[in-house]
Amino acid sequence: MVTVARSTVIDAPIDAVWRMLRDFNGHDRWHPAVKQSHLESGKRTDQVGAIRAFVLASGEHLREQLLSLSDRRKQFRYAIVTSDVPLYDYVAEVFLKPVTDGNRTFWSWKSSFKTPRGREQELSELVANGVYAAGFEAIRQRLESNASSSKDANRQVPQIDSDRYTSERTRVITSSLQGAGSVASSTSAAMPGRAIMIDRYGDADVMKAVDVSAPKPGLGEVRIRQTVIGVNFIDIYCRSGYFKLIIPPGVPGMEAAGEVVDVGADVRHIAKGQRVAYACAPVGAYTSIRTMDASLVIALPDDISDEIAAAALLKGMSAEFLLHRVHPLQRGETVLIFAPVGGVGSLLCQWAHHLGATVIGATSSQKKARIARTNGADYVLLPGAISLEDQILQLTDGRGVDVIYDAVGRDTFAHSLAALAPTGHLVSFGQASGDIGSWDIGSLASSSVTLSRPNFTHYTDTPEKVSSICERLFDAIRNQILRVDIGERFALEQAASAHRALESRATTGSTILIAS
Amino acid sequence: MVEVYTSSVINASADRIWAVVRDFNALPAWHPAIAESRIEGGAPPDQVGCVRAFRLKDGGSLREQLLALSDYDYSCTYSILESPMGVENYIATLKLTPITDGNRTFAEWSAEFECAAGRENELIDSIGRGVFQGGFDALNERFHN
Repeated sequence: MVTVARSTVIDAPIDAVWRMLRDFNGHDRWHPAVKQSHLESGKRTDQVGAIRAFVLASGEHLREQLLSLSDRRKQFRYAIVTSDVPLYDYVAEVFLKPVTDGNRTFWSWKSSFKTPRGREQELSELVANGVYAAGFEAIRQRLESNASSSKDANRQVPQIDSDRYTSERTRVITSSLQGAGSVASSTSAAMPGRAIMIDRYGDADVMKAVDVSAPKPGLGEVRIRQTVIGVNFIDIYCRSGYFKLIIPPGVPGMEAAGEVVDVGADVRHIAKGQRVAYACAPVGAYTSIRTMDASLVIALPDDISDEIAAAALLKGMSAEFLLHRVHPLQRGETVLIFAPVGGVGSLLCQWAHHLGATVIGATSSQKKARIARTNGADYVLLPGAISLEDQILQLTDGRGVDVIYDAVGRDTFAHSLAALAPTGHLVSFGQASGDIGSWDIGSLASSSVTLSRPNFTHYTDTPEKVSSICERLFDAIRNQILRVDIGERFALEQAASAHRALESRATTGSTILIAS
Repeated sequence: MVEVYTSSVINASADRIWAVVRDFNALPAWHPAIAESRIEGGAPPDQVGCVRAFRLKDGGSLREQLLALSDYDYSCTYSILESPMGVENYIATLKLTPITDGNRTFAEWSAEFECAAGRENELIDSIGRGVFQGGFDALNERFHN
């Protein structure tokens, strides 16, 4: 199938052009390629279905049928029925549109058809130039010469157009240079800082400290001088490429606290000088200065310090929606929490204990077990002679647990399923040990399992959700329901060391980076 | 339903003009009435469904949602979510069509909307001449019409 499309602008009002074109049987009066035209079977010229028989100037015969005609859209379509010229399945469309800027007419003429093999180029050119472009020129001469004879000289000499094009190119280069100048002047309002950048996915060594600048905040934006940045396991996934939240080069990090330097237009809930924090995509928190969407940022109450906010916001918001929204935990339920001394696990333990659940922690060492107990775990399981699920069944008189919060992933998923009580709920919210892989959901029927795979984004994608979650989180912190442990502090420039510590599972509590 | 239709011929290829107007967040870069723009929620500006919040130089703020974008048709359709103009159910389309004889482009900008009775002509004038023709004039100037 070949497609030919040609278009032009006629310097005449659309009604004048349409009067000429709409007469399906009148093309012999203006088109140089058509010597004679007559309508078959006594039909009218504007009767849809009418067939016109052409004798071309070249002597060939051609019959075409009117398929549609619209005075409203100034459009008609027609098909070749029989032709001496080998154009098969030929359907064409003509339409006009007004150029309101100057009372001119845009004219489009296009078609698709088949040709004998090897003659596509030749016949396309015949249609494009011999029929369409020749038709444009014929109408132009008739209508534009009426309007003004001096104009069509310009239009018909193609070199004029290409000259114009050349001068226009020069101008565009000039204006794009001016554009660059204005960018340079706007960056003069940018503020310098230091950030951790990755230029490829890889291990902790791919993180390098670089100089950066944060632009003046635009509409709806805020510029923050960051003091403390939270380090989370998701940052490791971003750095390694497991999650494609960064396309290198880029700055990792989802969470930080600091002070507002200035705000752009239309920012109402945050003011200059205010203490703020955020925990969300887009990534880019490992920096001392950042300009970002103000709607993602929350104001910090006076009794929540920058360190506590950066250490607890992402993990605490996660704990909030896991315990209150994904599985609203009830007093009397038995809950299994993996990694009960880790960032989120530690908060889950404390909060679940406060909510009146029986809390079982599963961890890897006696030292961590002691910390888990101080976090509110009633029982702590360690790797031993019998499997985790058997330990759970012993503890629960063979029943299993009501809910499991599991961010370990590959290494624990099967044990978690086996440790659930009938109608239990497995909340799988991470994969620290690796991808869980594919599972047959039929096996979940063995204990009527409910499985959740929550994503932080969907619980925090509006300012209303974020503020509701943070309100409950800050209350829990100030009422000492949650004790936020800061395990290790690193300078921002030492982010690679912080990642290595987190990856070695040597840390307890939250890891933070100090930016200033 | 009120309809506004504005069209122009711009002396540049459709590809070059499209490169300027396709970016749903780039109005301040080419339209003289727009001071600042951002895409809400950090979405990419060619994500259908994204919302641009922008401010006019005269101070008014608008929010518009991208309903359709076609690199194939050089066409962009969007609706107004919030504006000070007093229009309802406002949907507009900006579309480019190459003019094959000469390196020019037929540019169309149209909208349909509802408004309070009696305000039709005032809005047709401010949208058609102010917003749409104002944008075309800037493109014509940029491409040295």
